[in-house]
Amino acid sequence: MANEKEIRTQIASIKNTQKITKAMEMVAASKMRRAQDRMSATRPYSQKMLNVIGHLANANTEYSHPFLVEHPDVKRVAYIIVSTDRGLCGGLNINAFKAALKHMQQWQEKNIEIDFCLIGAKSTQFFKKFGSNILSQVSHLGDEVHLSELIGTIKAVLDAYTEGNLDRVFLVENEFVNTMTQKPKVSTLLPLEPEDSDELKHHWDYIYEPDAREVLDGLLTRYTESIVYQSVVENVACEMAARMIAMKSASDNAGELISELQLAYNKARQAAITQEISEIVGGAAAV
Amino acid sequence: MSMTMHLDVVSAEKELFSGTINAVFAPAQMGDVGIYPRHTPLVTGLRPGELKIEIDGQEDQYLYVSGGILEVQPHVVTVLSDTAIRAEDLDEAKALEAKQRAEDALKDQKGDFDAAKAQAELVRAAEQLRMIERMRKIRK
Repeated sequence: MANEKEIRTQIASIKNTQKITKAMEMVAASKMRRAQDRMSATRPYSQKMLNVIGHLANANTEYSHPFLVEHPDVKRVAYIIVSTDRGLCGGLNINAFKAALKHMQQWQEKNIEIDFCLIGAKSTQFFKKFGSNILSQVSHLGDEVHLSELIGTIKAVLDAYTEGNLDRVFLVENEFVNTMTQKPKVSTLLPLEPEDSDELKHHWDYIYEPDAREVLDGLLTRYTESIVYQSVVENVACEMAARMIAMKSASDNAGELISELQLAYNKARQAAITQEISEIVGGAAAV
Repeated sequence: MSMTMHLDVVSAEKELFSGTINAVFAPAQMGDVGIYPRHTPLVTGLRPGELKIEIDGQEDQYLYVSGGILEVQPHVVTVLSDTAIRAEDLDEAKALEAKQRAEDALKDQKGDFDAAKAQAELVRAAEQLRMIERMRKIRK
């Protein structure tokens, strides 16, 4: 049986760790709430934008923007991978990476080249080893992400697509289902799927300033950016939720470990006392 | 009796305004425009500047937008506001920066301060100053 002092120091060190994990859990919980608020605040923008694009698509059909044209022949694809900057958030990142890798298999089998656009330090670390071309990268965005920090990163991909160097762009993100569940999701970002909204069959005869082409360009670029931005904001909420859960289970485990050690400590202490008494009794009897 | 229409001002990061208004004035790309109810449908880009919102029986409201898109339907006006100053060369610079970051993903290098960025910052700052001054005058 381990000696008392050893067990005592072990308990103390685990208690310290538990304090840290508990604090992280609480920090993550409060950050998650804020991240969730931000997540819902981004919704109206893309919703409104989708409406406007829907109206434009109905009103104006002769000009087809490159983002809306499907390339039948796929030669090169890109993945935008959204991840966190820091670890200690359970399997959040690795689950998303696994989903991405699985999705990539279909292209690798056909020898189609894959490019990356990496958001977050973790995906950079992971996919750097992949040996593929990295179009753009951004990390250390913090908990409060601003769209302006993402524009350049996304533009690098959009430009490559417009120039015809890319035929498909996928977005790998974590979906915030609820606090307990985050689901990795791979979705097609480009080409944009045309919306068929039956409710909006008005034929507005718009006046375009300066002209339809420019307006549509601006709209579609912003729309694509807002989708990526949303997924980044959502990923922050996912990160916080995952970290909260991971830290909670770490604290629980520490608690279990402490109670086990406490038991061992008590037993060791009792055994020592019993031994001492029996020694005294033995000694007294001998006298 | 005055006519009203609905105005939504949203940015990628949050909703800025939503409500019933009498008129709105916006800095469109081809010059400032004033929109009243039953305006003909219009879609236009916006310059960085101020949005003036008129509501009956209330003081005029001002909102700063750093560019974006304005969509007008007879009774609904939508402003999709940008959260950052956009300019072709500025976006280009940002894209290059992102590419650069990809190249030295590990090395901790920061992009140099460049002219396009500074200029855009200046436009934004000047516009915000104008706005503040206007607010001050109103308060007096």
